[in-house]
Amino acid sequence: MEFLGGPLTPSSPRIPCYRTLDGTGKHIPDAVVPHDLQQQDAVALYTAMAKLQVMDTICYDAQRQGRFSFFMTCAGEEATVVGSAAGLDPRDMVFSQYREHGVLLWRGFSFDDFANQLYGNSLEPGQGRQMPIHYGSKELNYQTVSSPLATQLPHAAGAAYAMKLDGADTVAAAYFGEGASSEGDFHAALNFAATLGAPCLFICRNNGYAISTPANEQYAGDGIACRGTAYGMPAIRVDGGDARAVYCATRAAREIALRDGCPVLIEAMSYRSGHHSTSDDSSRYRTREEMVAWRARDPVVRFRHWLVANAWWDEEREKQLRHATRQQVIEALEKASKVAKPPVSALFSDVYADMPWHLQEQLQETLQVARRHPHLCPPDMPVQ
Amino acid sequence: MDSNDKALVFGEDVAFGGVFRCTVGLLERYGRRCFNTPLCEQGIVGFGIGLATQGYTPIAEIQFADYIYPAFDQLVNEAAKYRYRSGGTFTAGGLTVRAPYGAVGHGGHYHSQSVESFFTHVPGLKVVVPSSPAQAKGLLLSCIQDPDPCIFFEPKMLYRTSVEEVPVGEYTIPLGQAQVLREGADITLIGWGAQVHVLAQAAQAVADADGISCEVLDLRTLLPWDVQAVTASVNKTGRLLVSHEAPLSSGFGAELVAEVSRRCFLRLEAPPVRVCGADTPFPLVFEPLYLPGVERVVDAIRATVRF
Repeated sequence: MEFLGGPLTPSSPRIPCYRTLDGTGKHIPDAVVPHDLQQQDAVALYTAMAKLQVMDTICYDAQRQGRFSFFMTCAGEEATVVGSAAGLDPRDMVFSQYREHGVLLWRGFSFDDFANQLYGNSLEPGQGRQMPIHYGSKELNYQTVSSPLATQLPHAAGAAYAMKLDGADTVAAAYFGEGASSEGDFHAALNFAATLGAPCLFICRNNGYAISTPANEQYAGDGIACRGTAYGMPAIRVDGGDARAVYCATRAAREIALRDGCPVLIEAMSYRSGHHSTSDDSSRYRTREEMVAWRARDPVVRFRHWLVANAWWDEEREKQLRHATRQQVIEALEKASKVAKPPVSALFSDVYADMPWHLQEQLQETLQVARRHPHLCPPDMPVQ
Repeated sequence: MDSNDKALVFGEDVAFGGVFRCTVGLLERYGRRCFNTPLCEQGIVGFGIGLATQGYTPIAEIQFADYIYPAFDQLVNEAAKYRYRSGGTFTAGGLTVRAPYGAVGHGGHYHSQSVESFFTHVPGLKVVVPSSPAQAKGLLLSCIQDPDPCIFFEPKMLYRTSVEEVPVGEYTIPLGQAQVLREGADITLIGWGAQVHVLAQAAQAVADADGISCEVLDLRTLLPWDVQAVTASVNKTGRLLVSHEAPLSSGFGAELVAEVSRRCFLRLEAPPVRVCGADTPFPLVFEPLYLPGVERVVDAIRATVRF
């Protein structure tokens, strides 16, 4: 009679971590690289990650200046998000959590698109109904973000199952943090996907923190990857700071999912270099030393070193890219700030496909309120 | 299932026919389009939402309405808001969730609940309750075809006790429309599901014994509800009685009474009254006293008419 498992000790076996570049971005000599990146793709990947960093920095500062109410960066996780995005097919449906806007950027979401959503103006599909960073795009196959954590995971399982029934050669890809993986919906989604056979990628960004809660207060087992085995699906742990490894793992996972009609779990180990959001000050729960140590392993810098070593990138191009991106992002924010807000009627439309009688009544009442008390209406919101 | 090959039926135990035999024969006729899921309501609804986003018509069963609560987040925060938050870019409108609800004589706390008022408070959902087999077919088909996520509560008491001729072909009953089951002049009785039959009995009893003429409305859809039918009736009779099995406080009857009081205030001859379940968990041996049975309804009709 033998009881398996138990609390982890330093000598407990752990699922190994797949990587292809070391901490300084040097290729690891015997690394397995089934889909090596050629110059064009590598530069595209790097460019996207660098643009993401620039956009994040400017938008974070814009929020601090009061230009819009809220923002979240993905600092430290650029390789996880862009690397995996590059490993997917653009037709794969993405169900994200809230820190994966790098997928959108990779797929072609413009700075204008981002800015419009941040300002909640009339050009953004969400019509200003949700907080900033709740992006969505039908054209880019990216489901609109919702704040509740892990709710997107069963959706992805269902969407993937639909794709299988359709005989499609696409997968659904769900992103989530290690914190969200504690939610019941994580369990529900993985169990359904494995039991019913849904070609779904579950991509966990284990970034070490759920707001202020460190990972060792989130779970007692060997991270998230070990749960895949428990549900009967293949799982891999990957160095989330190694863009090439993430790319390879995602492509391979996708192939498995399509070939076997089954889900695959990817746990990407990384670090949330920035605060949880603009509403957070992480210096209250972690040390400068810890953050400095991780910034020294910045995934974007690591990947740049690899490009430079291949003579695919240089200082001049770096400067030009960062400068040009800065200009573009600032311009986009400026432009978006001048676009009118959605009309008052957008408060009541889209609750249902057709507006029922009680919403029609409430809309008329609200228009009267807006006319009687104009100060309640944002200045650039049409009263109609 | 015949006309829409993207229609899927799934949930716990649906494959063998279901604990109430609602899905008997579907596996044989439609194969993998009728399938069991693991035992997990949040998974059932979340999975259904995902199917709906891909253009499928998921018809998800929750085995008892008493067990719908794990799926509450998926229904309220996700399904209900899917269209609004994305500006119509995405919707979960293809989703229909069916659940048996209500008293069955011996169900106690966890096999008898009426949960409709948790959901009538959620913008973006539709809530529908049939009162008979013919109503069930027409209303369910409307829910399935409706472009918004619908919750369909089936009065389990009526699975075996309610018998009527049901047209064989396809037909729908419009959502958002009440039905006048009995015309009357002195008081409007409003209910849904199994309670409609209690109201019908009470109406007949007071007609025979007291010469009171009751108008009986089956609300059928609770969200959105048929304000025109309700106010037309109360404007005619001047009196309102709403009755539901769900506990009195904050039950859906409160919504109807509040709106009717506002819209028909000057016409009312008596305060609107609610005859409902007690504000307790649904009890076992006390069920006849807990429920708004015909005796309590008759008492309330008489008191209201004599106000």
